[in-house]
Amino acid sequence: MEKLKSAEQLESLRKEINKKRDRNLPCITVCGGTGCHAYGCQKVVEGFKKEIEKQKLENSVNVRPTGCHGFCERGPLVVIYPKGIFYQQVKVEDIPEILEKTIMKAELIERLLYQDPTTKERSIYEEEVPFYKKQMRLIFGNNGKIDPCSIEDYIAVGGYAALSKAFFSMKPQEIIGEVKKSGLRGRGGGGFPTGEKWESCRKAEGSPKYLICNADEGDPGAYMDRSLLEGNPHSVLEGMIIGAFTIGCHDGYIYVRNEYPLAVKNAIVAIEQAEQYGLLGKNILGSGFDFSIKINRGGGAFVCGEETALIKSIEGDWGEPRQRPPYPAESGLWWKPTVINNVETWANVPLIMNKGADWYSSIGTEGSKGTKIFSLVGKINNTGLVEVPMGITFREIIYEIGGGIPKNRKFKGVQTGGPSGGCLPESLLDLPIDFDALIEAGSMMGSGGMIVMDDRTCMVDMARYFLAFLEEESCGKCTPCREGLKKMRAILEAICGGRGKKGDIELLERISQILIDGSICGLGKTAPNPVLTTIKYFRDEYETHINENKCPAAVCKDLIFYDINAKVCTGCGACRRVCLSEAITGELKQPHAINLKKCIKCGACYEACKFEAIVVS
Amino acid sequence: MNEKVDAIIEKYKGDKGFLVSILQDIQSEYNHLPKEALCHVSENLGIPVSKVYSVATFYRAFTLKPRGDHLVYVCLGTACHVRGASRILEGIERKLKIKAGETTGDTKYTLGTVNCLGACALGPIVVVDQEYHGQMNLSKVDKLFG
Repeated sequence: MEKLKSAEQLESLRKEINKKRDRNLPCITVCGGTGCHAYGCQKVVEGFKKEIEKQKLENSVNVRPTGCHGFCERGPLVVIYPKGIFYQQVKVEDIPEILEKTIMKAELIERLLYQDPTTKERSIYEEEVPFYKKQMRLIFGNNGKIDPCSIEDYIAVGGYAALSKAFFSMKPQEIIGEVKKSGLRGRGGGGFPTGEKWESCRKAEGSPKYLICNADEGDPGAYMDRSLLEGNPHSVLEGMIIGAFTIGCHDGYIYVRNEYPLAVKNAIVAIEQAEQYGLLGKNILGSGFDFSIKINRGGGAFVCGEETALIKSIEGDWGEPRQRPPYPAESGLWWKPTVINNVETWANVPLIMNKGADWYSSIGTEGSKGTKIFSLVGKINNTGLVEVPMGITFREIIYEIGGGIPKNRKFKGVQTGGPSGGCLPESLLDLPIDFDALIEAGSMMGSGGMIVMDDRTCMVDMARYFLAFLEEESCGKCTPCREGLKKMRAILEAICGGRGKKGDIELLERISQILIDGSICGLGKTAPNPVLTTIKYFRDEYETHINENKCPAAVCKDLIFYDINAKVCTGCGACRRVCLSEAITGELKQPHAINLKKCIKCGACYEACKFEAIVVS
Repeated sequence: MNEKVDAIIEKYKGDKGFLVSILQDIQSEYNHLPKEALCHVSENLGIPVSKVYSVATFYRAFTLKPRGDHLVYVCLGTACHVRGASRILEGIERKLKIKAGETTGDTKYTLGTVNCLGACALGPIVVVDQEYHGQMNLSKVDKLFG
């Protein structure tokens, strides 16, 4: 491929690619996100290719492995274009039938269509599925349409047009103005206005300048950045190149978790292709502007998602945050002006360039514009990635998109913002979600994890879980964070273990305040959030643990007992057979009993019983 | 060993900024970070051993001890946690008779935990040698390590 040397050449390449492609030719796309990979989508892709070859259908159908479609609950997902027929949980055995019926005869296969669990209605097309209906997939939409390893796929859907518009018809100051006007705020957690960040970096003295894409997505339960980088890496690159042009920088880095091998691989492929096409490297599109991107793999330290720690890590050091100001925009990588934005933020940039700030800022709320991708996980029927306009309510996301709580259990709370976020109660289900509303409620946007909890989730245990996580991930630089988290965790362990004392709750609140006042980075400052919000909204649960030695959700092991309800027990013996400590006795067809002295509370009997005769209290 | 380490460093053109990546590559080659390799990296890049050691012990992904033939990771991400991941971890600990972070006496298994694999729909998840086992329960643990 010869390098593209002008905007016109890019446009004629786009025309050429689209001319070569027959839009009416059926194209079978198979979701290739990490979730679907775990379900075995690779076998489905290979199965389709083999079967097509066997049946000599090469000229009548295409197969395309794509990025994540988001509906992880029902993987492996297959969408057949041009119509967009949506098949879920597709197995290798289904392949011949799909080719024979759907491709050759345009017939639907009923059992592969999504069926709504309540209305029993089946949906034919992707956009009809309730999970997708309420979404607004501006950033994530192309994921399911393009092969992430094909730059031509990206160009075919309009890729790099924003870059050529920014390069050839806008001045850097105009781009900053447009980004500022759009109201785009950083999607990594802090929500800092992106345009302002770029402006202060552009104005900052010092050379060279650097640009970083933060793909160190460390929040457990959040994986939207990975899915974007995996599924549509060029959209991230395009945003970065526009950013580099704007601030006047020639060296960029993508700092990505090494635990995301597919994202690393796809980003490397995308960089190589962009270089081959003259969209990255020297003299981009003949503009005279140079920019190159290197990949830096993280070492699995949560604190490295914090920008100053991340910078230290790129410098080859251990990732310890430093005091701000000076902010990286003035003094960052190797003490030079540096812009850091996360994956999703960069992917928003081409959209703003293409459609304009006015259009962009018409979506969302007063203070938060555009869409946000959330990973909807936990006790929810439709687990997956959802992209929604800012200002949508939890209720809409959890019940309309997420399909509610499994087994119709009672909703208890939702946790947002990762380990430094907070747990919000049922009374806030109708809260319009945006940066400021979440902070006001005591939580935060974070990178967009949304963990749904039902009545079988213990809030004290949740606080303990997050604190244990943060204690391990604290870098140890600031004493309040290092020692305070240790102390707080010990108190929570004691409460969960039935050794809680009066005054523990107040002590937790006091230590929390010390952490907020005395830590230099976001990790320490926000670490008390899970504790403070659970105390604020679920104080009675703490009190029940401390005063009554009981765990209302029946989670905390030291406070629960397993028992058998003799009225329900059929005496099938399933529990007895799985019991590791031989604590269960009973004759066949007679109610069984648990010897509490022997019981190690492993939960195996609870899992094995088909009659719900095992009671946890 | 020195030649192999040199070749890895050469890949990054001796750039000190890629210390983390260099250690990652050494770990994939030797399954852990051998002391000699760390000393050699220090010499080759002109970084004090103390600093190489700090980096090697700061990041969760690195291990200074040799690992077993099969790597077992239990995901303890939030989504897996609310679905009972800690019970699964305890089950595996009982089955393999080791605690998280340890290797079995016959060096067959090393048991570890990870903070999130981002395949939350399948939680709780256990990964054995890169293969995902989703919706785990105790009877599946029994079968997996039977």
